[in-house]
Amino acid sequence: MVQGANGAVEKPSKMRWGELEEDEAEDLDFLLPPPRVIGPDENGIKKVIEYKFNDEGNKVKITTVTRVRKLAKARLSKKAVERRSWPKFGDAVHEDVGSRLTMVSTEEIVLERPRAHGSKPEESTAAGDPLAQVGKKGAVLMVCRTCGKKGDHWTSKCPYKDLAPQSEAFVDKPSGPEPTASKSNAYVPPSMRGGAVERAGTEMRRRNDENSVRVTNLSEDTREPDLLELFRTFGPVSRVYVAVDQRTGLSRGFGFVNFVNKEDAERAISKLNGYGYDNLILRVEWATPRTN
Amino acid sequence: MRPILMKGHERPLTFLKYNREGDLLFSCAKDHTPTVWFADNGERLGTYRGHNGAVWSCDVSRDSMRLITGSADQTAKLWNVQNGSQLFTFSFDSPARSVDFSVGDKLAVITTDPFMEVLSAIHVKRIARDPADQSGESVLILRGHQGRINRAVWGPLNKTIISAGEDSIIRVWDSETGKLLKESDKESGHKKTITSLTMAADGSHFVTGSQDKSAKLWDSRTLTLLKTYVTERPVNAVAMSPLLDHVVLGGGQDASSVTMTDHRAGKFEAKFYDKILQEEIGGVKGHFGPINALAFNPDGKSFSSGGEDGYVRLHHFDPDYFNIKI
Repeated sequence: MVQGANGAVEKPSKMRWGELEEDEAEDLDFLLPPPRVIGPDENGIKKVIEYKFNDEGNKVKITTVTRVRKLAKARLSKKAVERRSWPKFGDAVHEDVGSRLTMVSTEEIVLERPRAHGSKPEESTAAGDPLAQVGKKGAVLMVCRTCGKKGDHWTSKCPYKDLAPQSEAFVDKPSGPEPTASKSNAYVPPSMRGGAVERAGTEMRRRNDENSVRVTNLSEDTREPDLLELFRTFGPVSRVYVAVDQRTGLSRGFGFVNFVNKEDAERAISKLNGYGYDNLILRVEWATPRTN
Repeated sequence: MRPILMKGHERPLTFLKYNREGDLLFSCAKDHTPTVWFADNGERLGTYRGHNGAVWSCDVSRDSMRLITGSADQTAKLWNVQNGSQLFTFSFDSPARSVDFSVGDKLAVITTDPFMEVLSAIHVKRIARDPADQSGESVLILRGHQGRINRAVWGPLNKTIISAGEDSIIRVWDSETGKLLKESDKESGHKKTITSLTMAADGSHFVTGSQDKSAKLWDSRTLTLLKTYVTERPVNAVAMSPLLDHVVLGGGQDASSVTMTDHRAGKFEAKFYDKILQEEIGGVKGHFGPINALAFNPDGKSFSSGGEDGYVRLHHFDPDYFNIKI
């Protein structure tokens, strides 16, 4: 015991470490700074900073960030307040608090105002690049079937109207076009009947589908807008799709993203494969096995 | 807004109704068990067990003590709202569909479907104060509808009964004599089955929704067509905001797209229209199946929708909903 200058007996302010026993470690809490609560700010974010000793005896700072949301306030009449305290009946009798019958949606739903068809959203498009509009709501991908050039003009306005379609068009087809005269009795599917023009168009679309990227190991509430947001930084996206289980409404864990440009798809694959997204590690690869 | 999802029903929803004070929400579905929820947080209060068939509609008395339900098991039942006990059962020869309490809750109108040889009819029953005095006798039976009657409600001041159904004609009947007073005009009226009808809070006008992908606003007294709201999908449910001049339509799949169905989840939406300008204000997405039931809270600050997916979605409006300008 230490005697203070004024003669009063003071309790020791610091315990001698040798006198402490292992399981009294909790008493050391007074050595820790007091917990702080940074109350809800205008966004409703509340931070609670606590200090603890972890198992190894180290001082640990735990920061908990929560979002305080105000549910709609219901002003109840007197009768309604009475009804609030009615006992549960019917099938609700054995309900426990943890039953998941009533859940607040994790998605923020808005009253979506209708937008005029084809009007551009306010986001800035890449300078002069008509392709940048692709993938945004309401915009249209202009495809010319004759020259296969995207975004510049429609087929009827093609400067190369008279020229034959590009020879590349035939590379991917397994068999060349067959004139109907050679095998007059066999059924010739429409795509092979001799209309080369349409083939160039499908080649266009197929080329776009070669820029298709498959994304797997998606979390269950990932949807198209999330993928779009994630992938659009690599370039214009023409289509996004997320496979969803119709019954449960949860994502089946995979989806496809179609880029307009192959290079963007390549970069997206190299950057996002292995990327952590919503507690899962994404797997991003080409949708079809061949890359070039 | 963050809708509250309530999955209490295993089968598609058929009807939703708020009580007068807006603190209770009653839901009916094809799973035989109407359920009551608290309208502020979606917590389930209880279920009414007893029906043997799909429950098509319900109505609650003004004091929130009595509930009446109409079911495909050819009965309509009166329930004690508080504890779920059955007070009385009205039996019919065919499935009962639409039920509605009159102003004052002394009478109720119940419609029955056509079934084998029996034609569809509208029954008016007296509701006794004391359930022990309740009798099953009909005060009035109205016949004349061709095909199923999907909805029948009391007109202003209980003077008339307004009914609509599969033959796409709206009929106004005198509730005392049973005489048919008016029929809606065939030219301007709906072209296909009228699936739903909702009366304004003051009874002066009502909205009908039909499979012909439109909804129409009518005057209750003269049956004049006032407005038409056009959508892209058959309309299964309609609701009117008691606070603002909004009409909400909920519907089903476009018939032509049934085979190429867009499997993107949550695409079915409740569409908001300006009641007077007939223009679309917006849509609230989220249901995984066609919307079959819509109801507005009497305070106008929240609404709920019930879908084919068995979910009830309860939406409390954000403050900017009340500032929408066209």
